[in-house]
Amino acid sequence: MSGYALLSLGYEITFSLLNPDPKSHDLHWDIEGAVKGYIQPLLDKLTPIANFSVDSQILYYAILGVSPRHDASIDGYTLSADSLPHVINPVEARLGSNAASSFPVLNFLLYVPDAPHSPLYIRDHSGKTVPTNAFHSPRWGGIMVFNVQEHYGEEPRFPVHINIDMVRVMGVFLAQLRLLLGIQQVQAPPGFLLQSPGNEGVTDWELDRLLWARTAENIATATTTLTSLAQLLEEIGNIVINDNIAEQVYSAVVSLQLAVAELEAGNLAFAFQASKEAILSSERAFFDPSLLHLLYFPDDQKFAIYIPLFLPMSVPILLSLLKIAGEYRKRRSERVKTD
Amino acid sequence: RKLSVTRKMAACRCAVILLVVLIWGDFSLAPAESKRPEADAPPQPARDAADSFVKTEVPGAHDDGVPAQAGEEPVLGEAETLQPREPEPRPQDEFQEELVIRPLLSGDIYSSFQFRTRWDTDLLHQGKKVSHYRLFPKSLGQVISKFSVRELHISFTQGYWRTLQWGQPFLPAPPGAELWVWFQDSVTDVDGAWKELTNVLSGIFCASLNFIDSTNTVQPSASFKPLGIGNVTDQRFLRYAVLPREIVCTENLTPWKKLLPCGSKAGLAVLLKSEKLFHSSFHSQAVHIRPVCQDGQCSRTSWELRQTLSVVFDLYASGQNKKEWSLFKMFSRTLTEPCPLASSSKVYVDVTDNPQGELFELSPATSTLSQAVVLGDRRTYSVYDLRDPESFGILRSLNVLLKWKGQDNGDMLRPLLHAERYVGGYGLQTGDIHTLIYNHHPFRAFPVLLLETVPWYLRLYIHTLSVTSKGHENKPSYIHYQPSKDRLRPHLLEMLLQLPPNSVTKVTVQFERALLKWTEYTPDPNHGFYVGSSVLSALVPSVVAMDTNSTNDRPLFSSFFPCLEESGYFMRVYTEPLLVNLPTPDFSMPYNVICLTCTVVAVGYGSLYNLLTRTFQVEEPSGGMAKRLANTIRRLRGVPLL
Repeated sequence: MSGYALLSLGYEITFSLLNPDPKSHDLHWDIEGAVKGYIQPLLDKLTPIANFSVDSQILYYAILGVSPRHDASIDGYTLSADSLPHVINPVEARLGSNAASSFPVLNFLLYVPDAPHSPLYIRDHSGKTVPTNAFHSPRWGGIMVFNVQEHYGEEPRFPVHINIDMVRVMGVFLAQLRLLLGIQQVQAPPGFLLQSPGNEGVTDWELDRLLWARTAENIATATTTLTSLAQLLEEIGNIVINDNIAEQVYSAVVSLQLAVAELEAGNLAFAFQASKEAILSSERAFFDPSLLHLLYFPDDQKFAIYIPLFLPMSVPILLSLLKIAGEYRKRRSERVKTD
Repeated sequence: RKLSVTRKMAACRCAVILLVVLIWGDFSLAPAESKRPEADAPPQPARDAADSFVKTEVPGAHDDGVPAQAGEEPVLGEAETLQPREPEPRPQDEFQEELVIRPLLSGDIYSSFQFRTRWDTDLLHQGKKVSHYRLFPKSLGQVISKFSVRELHISFTQGYWRTLQWGQPFLPAPPGAELWVWFQDSVTDVDGAWKELTNVLSGIFCASLNFIDSTNTVQPSASFKPLGIGNVTDQRFLRYAVLPREIVCTENLTPWKKLLPCGSKAGLAVLLKSEKLFHSSFHSQAVHIRPVCQDGQCSRTSWELRQTLSVVFDLYASGQNKKEWSLFKMFSRTLTEPCPLASSSKVYVDVTDNPQGELFELSPATSTLSQAVVLGDRRTYSVYDLRDPESFGILRSLNVLLKWKGQDNGDMLRPLLHAERYVGGYGLQTGDIHTLIYNHHPFRAFPVLLLETVPWYLRLYIHTLSVTSKGHENKPSYIHYQPSKDRLRPHLLEMLLQLPPNSVTKVTVQFERALLKWTEYTPDPNHGFYVGSSVLSALVPSVVAMDTNSTNDRPLFSSFFPCLEESGYFMRVYTEPLLVNLPTPDFSMPYNVICLTCTVVAVGYGSLYNLLTRTFQVEEPSGGMAKRLANTIRRLRGVPLL
């Protein structure tokens, strides 16, 4: 399950072109056409699963977090696999998430190395150069390094005008997107052929598998949420549950039961819808602001406030009670003695 | 550009594949769902080529099951002729940056940066959502699209602009944070959009704009007309709010710099270092977004984003009392290169008062002079063009140096329009607000629109409003007053006043201070409560004919306010904010009450109870103190008592 993006009802997919050296490279990419031709068919096919929106930006003077090492054998620079986790951090500050929506973002960065550090290759753990020069990080996105030194020509006059080959780039990004959305790679058993994905990039059986996995996870998450809500109510007895929260809980339970029934019957689409409703209702019930723990008066706080007021008052009462009890016992023992 | 033959073929092959795939991609996309099964029909080889591209390029992807096609040969077989590459689309956005340095006669120096990004697109087009950004920052583009904003103006200012000492600013701004927004007329719930917009902007600029709510938002009816093009003038779509208490610091400067295409790494933005910028008398940074015309006939519109930063360095605080200014002294940096993405990058120095070099000396010398009409006056500027590599000289850095000669200051021309405001009265119950508006023009009278926003806890008595000029009553020709509602909305007073020439106009209104609920006070209530600046908008007569054609090539600082007529220019003046003390309760009283009650209950109840329930018995008088002490010692020793 590595590379599996966290379940969400929508995703923002952002393509960023990082140009650390605009004085040397004048980059142009036809991202609009590439998205329309490559990414949009895949997203259209995945519409039953989630809402997608795509945008792109170009960031200038964006540098990677690590400085690459020069390798004389290939006459280039390399990034080792151990340094890859540190690459993302300084760039992340500039990427930004969508200011206007709360869906998680999948970032796809295309990095064109600056002229002093061209060409740049990525090495995997065994030390071999990765053929696609790209890597991805689960739940975050992918980065591809695009070397442009072959566009320089004989006597390059900076800035060099470069058109980025979107076919190669989109091929890599499409594969990374499939992995990030949870479409897993499967090994076909020997003697069997896997169906080609076609223009949309995902086959029907892969889509079904994704739906099934998402439905199962939705059901599990909704069940856990409702269970924790019940446990919370047991612990803090004096939480007031409003009617609308109760309604949400009931509808969540109904949707859960429907989702399980539909799954058993094999109707994936209806099951997914039901599980989506279940998880929405359960989240709304659990995260309602009226359930905040701090709004309620726990018992130990009650003692802490009333004891300083009542204890000094009760001390003379207790003492006199004790004296009365002592006198009563003495009187009784005297009566016994006289008897 | 010379490419070798094999490279050329590879490039053409790539172009062909891209072209073919895009065309077939279009065919399969354009029709609706009903045609989807037909999408499988188009020729196989091209799509399989794309698929095998997808399959073979993926790291770790295994194509054991799929017969891996070579991918390139079938496509070449299909397309006999090598088609030419598609022509590059012309870049639709451009970026300009400029810096204007104006030495002031008091020895201070005023620098104003402007960064303008113009994007020829329609961000609010209903059909196609704009989502591919280049120079225009993505966060602002998404904000405009989501909230259907037509114009957005936000400014953060620290310090107050002293008009009498410094003259008129290019871009006026009130102290604190000011935000005014025109929404499109397609917005149905303007209040909801305004609330969400302020919260999103406070996240983008790291400022506490979430304090903007209905108690400090107004809808001015005449003052803040749109600065860009457009025909929506219904004030229901305008919202204006000011937070006078907002502090500006490095935390606000950093996200502001992030919006620039070159960031702070190249161009004029390298000078923006916070340790020097905030050590100044006046610092103001702003973002202005508005639609503008692309050409003279205004057939198409484009979006303009202007980021401006104005700073005034003080002679004594930053200048160490030496009348010599340079870029290095002001910003602790020099300029080394222009921003590669900018189509123009210039530094202007105002040399109007120095035609023969008798007031100050400017180095490095430049022969480029340009004249511009700004603020109703024709000024001369020395221009340094950063895109010309000779500007940087041998050292490859440009450090503009201004050295003053002589000690006499010279007299600055008095600004035509000037305003002051203060609170009068005594005590904590009543008071009055006085606004003085000065018209220093010798013979021309002109109208001025005064906008005052007063919080609800200063209850204005509008029947005491009086406007006098030169001792006589001056009746405003237009008054718009919206009374306040407690805890809901503030007072809004707009008046159109005719200012007689060479006069002082006094506007006075009395108010009463309200007692707030004890949770509504700020943590430091004895500091006082701020009342936002008043805004005066006026069309001031100018001595020089203004240029009304907005698409002429002009420096950015002279083209900010639109010019609609030749004889006057638009000016906005902000008064001081007021600091008013409200009657403050004693906040330690709850603690005092609790302590007193507990003490009374604990001590008083106990003794009262004992008094009421104790029975008294007669006791023999015991001996003196010595006898008692001896008895105690004997008891301890176990010896019979005395």
